[in-house]
Amino acid sequence: MIQELLQSSPGLLNLGIFSLLAVLLLFVVLGFVTYGILSERKVMGFMQMRIGPNQVGGRWALLQTVADVLKLLIKEDTIPKVADRPLYIIAPVIAFAPAFMVLAALPFTDKFQFADMGIGLLYYIAVSGITTVGIVTAGWASNNKYALLGGMRAAAQMISYEIPLVMSVVGIVLLTGSLNLNEIVEAQKNIWYIVLQPVAFIVFLIASVAELNRVPFDLPEAESELVAGYHVEYSGFRWAMFMLSEYVYMFAMASLTTILFLGGWHPLPFLGFIPAAVWFALKFSLVIYLLIWIRVTFPRLRADQLMEFGWKVLLPVALANIFVTALLKELFSMF
Amino acid sequence: MIRTEEMLLNVGPQHPSTHGVFRLVIKIDGEIIKEATPVIGYLHRGTEKLAEDLQYTQIIPYTDRMDYLAAMTNNYVLCHAVETMAGIIAPDRAEYLRVIAMELGRIASHLVWWGTYLLDIGATSPFLYAFREREMIINMLNELSGARLTFNYMRVGGVKWDAPEGWIQKVHDFVPYMREQLEGYHQLVTGNEIFMSRVKGIGSYTKEDAINYSLSGANLRCTGVKWDLRKNEPYSIYDRFDFDIPVRQDGDAWARYHCRLEEIEESLKILEQAVEQFPQDGPILAKVPKIIKPPKGESFVRIESPRGEIGCYIASNGKKEPYRLKFRRPSFYNLQILPKLLKGENMANLITILGAIDIVLGEVDG
Repeated sequence: MIQELLQSSPGLLNLGIFSLLAVLLLFVVLGFVTYGILSERKVMGFMQMRIGPNQVGGRWALLQTVADVLKLLIKEDTIPKVADRPLYIIAPVIAFAPAFMVLAALPFTDKFQFADMGIGLLYYIAVSGITTVGIVTAGWASNNKYALLGGMRAAAQMISYEIPLVMSVVGIVLLTGSLNLNEIVEAQKNIWYIVLQPVAFIVFLIASVAELNRVPFDLPEAESELVAGYHVEYSGFRWAMFMLSEYVYMFAMASLTTILFLGGWHPLPFLGFIPAAVWFALKFSLVIYLLIWIRVTFPRLRADQLMEFGWKVLLPVALANIFVTALLKELFSMF
Repeated sequence: MIRTEEMLLNVGPQHPSTHGVFRLVIKIDGEIIKEATPVIGYLHRGTEKLAEDLQYTQIIPYTDRMDYLAAMTNNYVLCHAVETMAGIIAPDRAEYLRVIAMELGRIASHLVWWGTYLLDIGATSPFLYAFREREMIINMLNELSGARLTFNYMRVGGVKWDAPEGWIQKVHDFVPYMREQLEGYHQLVTGNEIFMSRVKGIGSYTKEDAINYSLSGANLRCTGVKWDLRKNEPYSIYDRFDFDIPVRQDGDAWARYHCRLEEIEESLKILEQAVEQFPQDGPILAKVPKIIKPPKGESFVRIESPRGEIGCYIASNGKKEPYRLKFRRPSFYNLQILPKLLKGENMANLITILGAIDIVLGEVDG
């Protein structure tokens, strides 16, 4: 449907439909962020033998995040006197906008996708890199020593981990022969890439946790060392924008993991009667649960160890994976 | 040529990882620390000066507020000092209650250390697990003394309250439970690659350094010095128990971690035996005059607190208040080595090193 719309001549109706769909996606994403945060707190509570939020909105605290966001909205918006004002204001936007931009490329089901681009995967990785700029800007513009340290760490970390992340998916691109996310999912009709590319999956998972700035790679925020890192001076809704972008990225990254390795919307054998969207949601939730689990279990790495691990372990492993994949593909195609 | 500049950074007094109101002024080049100056005194309440105007029994609540994570040992050191001076001998049952309370306190203190240390390193869960067990201990001590942290439980010549009915049984049941949980702690944290890489070889010093800096407790034992006052200079009834002193050789944060966790195990051994030997009945307070007036003179006693040697010096001129009272507060002495350890380390190691020393600011500032 979207494909047809894209190819038809531009008109008011098309624009209307597209805007409506975009709003729909926005609500889906915001709904996820709302309940993603809640579920993270609940799951963490469960794992840490706490109750978690249980007051606002019934026993399951269904309105807790809504209340939190409302609180953030009405909080005073402070800008430090010595901060670089224009940069300080624009930094959350730079960090936040790409998070939503990447969502356009993700095929949630075979029908629900906004831009079926030939270079979908590349687009995702390129656009998500922009967020780093926002974080470094925030760290610099705050004119706070802790924020600066956090911003520098973020830059170093995100650049180092982007490379193994990209390298780990090259194997999949080799197997599929396309950067189009739709075709990547189609190619997994019979067998998921997690089976064909287990090494790539592990590298991708680790690198994606690092990209998301989550434990054990949450150094830019390292609460116990840098207090809050790059967003230490931010308050109110500007701060919420950083948090929001973080959770939207979590949404996007979990979707991408599902698409690349877990077969996207494809059902398990004999369970084809369950709709594609449900399958996607299930696999996606599994990835999210895994991310929360990792967060609860691990301590944080040190900055230098993080760099070492990224460059000396993940990158060579990812490169070896590309080499082996290419070799095997060539060998199999010979017979 | 890029010009780099040293940056002056204030860590604390409101920094989350300084465990209270400790402040470190550090000069950093990038993330490398060039110089570190600890600034203390934010929690100074003048315990020693206040004590000069108080009767001996009245000083006991003040000791609770020094090392508030293991207040029982602080109670004991004061009572022990006065008892030594006045020649009072506490009854058996009281001594057993004291030892059980102190060892429970030691376990609780090490649990807090374990949890917060892991929290500093970035793992959130161990903190909650440790506090679950600590809560049980705190509840037990609450039943015993009526307070959760500032117990004010011991008196010169004994203890204030007898154990409530079924309390000893609770302690008895706690021992196997705690052993099981310790096993879980090791499985969750001790073998974790990330954790090991964070603490192994970090903040290490030699035996000579440790002695020169007057370190004590796990900070000393991690360098291979087998020194524990409970064994070396037995006080109270510690000579009746069979337990070990955990020692490590490396002198780094990893060694201190092991020393402390193993100390929990040894404390459990003591608890087990103490519960078994616990006298069925008997007085809990010796015959002590209402107003204690130790003879003229001075005395110094020292005991093993969870953080090291805690000492109490009393100079008496025969009145009901001490002429001068001085506590040797182990956290204060242990902190001295910090600037030396921090030189050349990075920001992340700062937290690891500071945490491994295990300070309590109430005790550092006195």
